[in-house]
Amino acid sequence: MTLLAAETLPETLAPHAVSFPYLASLAVTTRRLAIAGIFNAGSGHPGGSLSSADLLAALYGAELYIPGGDATNPVRDRFVLSKGHAAPALYGIWAAMGWLSPEEAVTLRHRDSRCQGHPHVLDLPLSEASTGSLGQGFSVAIGMALGTRMKGLSSRAYALLGDGELQEGEVWEGAMFAAHHDLSNLLAVIDYNKLQSDDLNANICGLEPLASKWRAFGWHAIEIDGHDLPEIIGAFAAASRVTDRPTVVIAHTVKGKGVPYMENEAPWHGSVKLTRDQASEALLALGVAADRLEDWIHGRIA
Amino acid sequence: MAASPNAAPQLIGTSGDSLREAFGKALADLADRDPRIVVLDADIAGGTGAHHFRTRHRDRFIQCGIAEQNMMAMAAGLAATGHVPVVTTFAVFCLRAIEQARLSIAYARRNVKIVASHPGIDVGPDGGSAQALEDLAAFRAIPGMTVLSPADPLDMAAAIEAAIAFDGPIYMRTGRSPATRIYERRDDFEIGKGHVLRDGKDVAIIACGVEVARALAAADLLANDGIAASVVNMATIKPIDHALLEELSARTGAIVTAEDHNTLGGLGGAVAESLALHRPCPAEFVGVRDQFGRSGEPGELAELFGLTAPAIAAAARRVIARKSP
Repeated sequence: MTLLAAETLPETLAPHAVSFPYLASLAVTTRRLAIAGIFNAGSGHPGGSLSSADLLAALYGAELYIPGGDATNPVRDRFVLSKGHAAPALYGIWAAMGWLSPEEAVTLRHRDSRCQGHPHVLDLPLSEASTGSLGQGFSVAIGMALGTRMKGLSSRAYALLGDGELQEGEVWEGAMFAAHHDLSNLLAVIDYNKLQSDDLNANICGLEPLASKWRAFGWHAIEIDGHDLPEIIGAFAAASRVTDRPTVVIAHTVKGKGVPYMENEAPWHGSVKLTRDQASEALLALGVAADRLEDWIHGRIA
Repeated sequence: MAASPNAAPQLIGTSGDSLREAFGKALADLADRDPRIVVLDADIAGGTGAHHFRTRHRDRFIQCGIAEQNMMAMAAGLAATGHVPVVTTFAVFCLRAIEQARLSIAYARRNVKIVASHPGIDVGPDGGSAQALEDLAAFRAIPGMTVLSPADPLDMAAAIEAAIAFDGPIYMRTGRSPATRIYERRDDFEIGKGHVLRDGKDVAIIACGVEVARALAAADLLANDGIAASVVNMATIKPIDHALLEELSARTGAIVTAEDHNTLGGLGGAVAESLALHRPCPAEFVGVRDQFGRSGEPGELAELFGLTAPAIAAAARRVIARKSP
């Protein structure tokens, strides 16, 4: 991935010491670019992109060791978006970090764009894996945790999973494997927004008791509010102190978080077409000034 | 033709060595000098040949439990961190995890070698559930996936060495039953090249895996009737050797394929596609005709499903009769 030259970085995105206001600004930029990309694409998954934005901001802004966004650094941490349909948010956070141009981030799903509907590692190496088929990214991250440990590297592997994704049997195959092999350099984060494509998890195929399930599989499980940045950072810190098993952070989130008309509404899970009015309303709700709507839609965010 | 099969290889009899055992031994040897190799197993190492690697390289042997989907995708993660993972299980269980092979391995172009034992009716007594007759077709349809099916123990050892040296995803069949030895030396294995074992002008028999030995025996039967058959070990199903097929089509005007696989989509499909594009000629396809297998000894099943040397010879006679005058 091309690293933006420092002088082209928008001032608001300039690197600075980690702080919660900084993480909050990453999250809001992520949300805005996700909405812009989905509007431009005419399709995409807003609900789960918005619910995961704070988790992504905390991960990239404060937790992951990926100096300069260099996906070739062998000692980097690996982050895999196992819920690949949240790709609009992934491209958004990279743009917020200055690792992808915001103009490109909003070319989501276009024929000539590297920002495919689901992340593809050959297009964008920071994806670490090509995802979009639920369960697989988690397994790939497990392989990365094992692979770096076998090489004696200090790298950690992270996977962000959706809650509906936990209905895939592969997830529990991987959960058993990771615990059996004491992969303490593996962290799974669940974006637990309670809604999947058609309906509530509880009405499709219930997940509860979720933390107990992971604990029974041999994991250290932490439950947090997935929109509370100090809680998220605290959970990551707690996970880093666990040295004998993998950790799962079950982050309770709100689907569509930040856009009131989408919040907790299942229809905004799926790949939807946003009208210009809907996109504008969403961006206004996310704090974009009325005279900047068009700029944000085109990724001109400076 | 580059190959000069002046001395037609003679069948040198059945050895105790199956392709899976040959694979496991060769891989353990390769790993002695290649620290990148790791092996993933789903509680079946004694059956796949991977036990040889486990004995010698315990620290690089990854027991995944009976969980092939996770195993297949994990291999992609191991490859991404610089290892050369060799995924080992039965061919039917590779089919179980084919979507992981598609997305996490092939689409991401990860350098993973998938080695599938127990293909075809050669599995024998375990019966229809265990006999993969679709794997060559299915894996061949995945973009960027190279597909191999070597013929005898030396061919197998050469193939795994070439596969490890190759940068990219590979699906390779081994075999369960004791293999008929064909080669006394095999130091010219090349991915993407068929190997002409026997030269004849009347018909060309293109075979892979266990059918290569039967194709050679069929050529002997045909020779008794004055028919000169070429025999090719087409150990690479994908990419298929278009140049060799075009030349054989031009020279013999009649092609027979032989494989322990459904006649749809595997070696026969690959050869038919190539002929249609480059040099059409009549062709016959020996294999299992869109059916599932069943229990029985491999030899009995070869009779039942028409995969024997006489069956190949009969197909050769049919295709010769169809040649343009």
